[in-house]
Amino acid sequence: MVKAAVKKSGITKKQWNEYKWAWFMIAPTIAGLFILNIIPIFQTFFLSFFKSGAFGKGNIFVGLANYKRMIADRQVWFAVRNTLLYTIGVVPVTVVFSLFIAVLLNRNIKGKNIYRTIYFIPMVAAPAAVTMVWKWLYNYQYGLINHFLGMLGIAKINWIDNPHIALLSIIIIGVWSTIGYDMVLFLAGLQEIPTDYYEASTIDGASPVRQFFSITLPLISPTLFFVSVTSIITAMQVFDVIYMMLDVTSPSYNSTVSLVYLFYNNSFKYSNKGYGSTIVMLLLLIIMIITVIQNRLQKKWVNYL
Amino acid sequence: MKKQTKQITILIHIFLIAGSLLMLLPLVWMFLTSLKTVTESTAMNPFRFFPAAPQWNNFSEVVKTNNFARLYFNTFAMMALRVFCAVMFSAMAAYAFARLEFPGKRLGFALVLFQMMVPVQIFIIPQYLMVDKLGMRNTIFALLFPGLVSAFGTFLLRQFFLGLPKELEEAARLDGCNIWQIFYKIMFPLTKSGLVALGIFTALFSFKDLMWPLIVNTKTDAAVLSSALAKIAGAYSVNYPRLMAASVLAVLPMLIIYIIFQRQFIAGIATTGGKL
Repeated sequence: MVKAAVKKSGITKKQWNEYKWAWFMIAPTIAGLFILNIIPIFQTFFLSFFKSGAFGKGNIFVGLANYKRMIADRQVWFAVRNTLLYTIGVVPVTVVFSLFIAVLLNRNIKGKNIYRTIYFIPMVAAPAAVTMVWKWLYNYQYGLINHFLGMLGIAKINWIDNPHIALLSIIIIGVWSTIGYDMVLFLAGLQEIPTDYYEASTIDGASPVRQFFSITLPLISPTLFFVSVTSIITAMQVFDVIYMMLDVTSPSYNSTVSLVYLFYNNSFKYSNKGYGSTIVMLLLLIIMIITVIQNRLQKKWVNYL
Repeated sequence: MKKQTKQITILIHIFLIAGSLLMLLPLVWMFLTSLKTVTESTAMNPFRFFPAAPQWNNFSEVVKTNNFARLYFNTFAMMALRVFCAVMFSAMAAYAFARLEFPGKRLGFALVLFQMMVPVQIFIIPQYLMVDKLGMRNTIFALLFPGLVSAFGTFLLRQFFLGLPKELEEAARLDGCNIWQIFYKIMFPLTKSGLVALGIFTALFSFKDLMWPLIVNTKTDAAVLSSALAKIAGAYSVNYPRLMAASVLAVLPMLIIYIIFQRQFIAGIATTGGKL
């Protein structure tokens, strides 16, 4: 039957052979994507209209009740605010510092590889362990940071339990963990810039600062844009550090909880997967809005060679 | 002029060294604390920076009470299986998307791109429900589950295949190789750098994954290093040296791998991260 179809549609045997191989080769990935990703997107959307019944009573259709609840839920708006503040706190600082370090290392400075290796180390440490040591560094009574501050005559700071400071403490960990990653990406971008541009401008008497703004920055703008986009999207999904740092009982919970942490707590701690799904839909919406804005901005300030 | 450049170089070094110290200090402090007694770790006056005598028994205690052998096994099994699946299935699909013509090619690749644009949290509840329904919670398979296929890997390796010259395949085809042989014997080895990069990337991010192991493997014996640490933290909330010893043990495997393969690591991240 297949052979007949092949003959009829004018496909050669060789083409048919290619189709069969191609389908066979993409089959695991496509099947996996359907089962693990595509169907789950619809399921999550579907679940957001249900209330998860306790003790195996099954799901109860509640229409838009979860969405209404979410709009009225102060904690959700705290989480939106915290997530955005975290992103605004981490991304610009990380991007500026990592670009600066990358530019310095790109000058073929001695020990370049050692520096690069060291700056990247926080990236290979598991966030769970990293947060544990930061929590210890931030410890109010015995922490190393407060000890240093004491030596400088500065009063102790309650890094974790003061709701006005806790998010800053988390932002510091975020910056520390990701600088090396962005730096590696920037270094790769900087190495693409032809060195004769710099040589020519040095002959013309341009200072390194001038060179940075007239050569490096415009030519690195695609990498800069790309790193900013991925950093923002990653930062919007912050969970590990906050989860390890404090739990629901902490006085700083409301001023640090992120959207993903709230999603985790509602879906798995309180087992209300319907409401958890609603929160994820909100996260999806926010990330989509940010992506659209970024694509608009891209046209304005990215120079592709 | 020359003197000025030298001064600038020295300033740059000072800045870079200060930065390096900031990067290393938390990890050094983790290690130093792990070797202290509880009294030493909380001694404020005089403040103790170094332990008087290294308390290696902090490590042996932590290893004894928490079955670290099991945690290492689970973590490495998860990493190895996710790397294997990501590399194998992605390479196959990537080759087809890069080099073969077939109906459904555009739609299939659109699915790959679409998956990469959506935040992963959207998949988690349904994935958890599937594992639960299969009765596979608290197994190695559960740890692997979300990493069975990799849209990102497919996307990345497709770029590598597109960059290879077509002549090789044509020559092999004339020699009578079939499509699978061309892929497996010729193209697959040629994308080695891409495969290594994808492998490193997958290994690193599975090692760092916290939420999925936390949700799906709640039993202590089925946990991985990072999710176990979340539980251990509660038990050692007043014994920081023990907690730091556990943290050192959790950081160590990846740190060692990184220090041995730093060149491949950084090159791998530069190529994968740049395309994410």
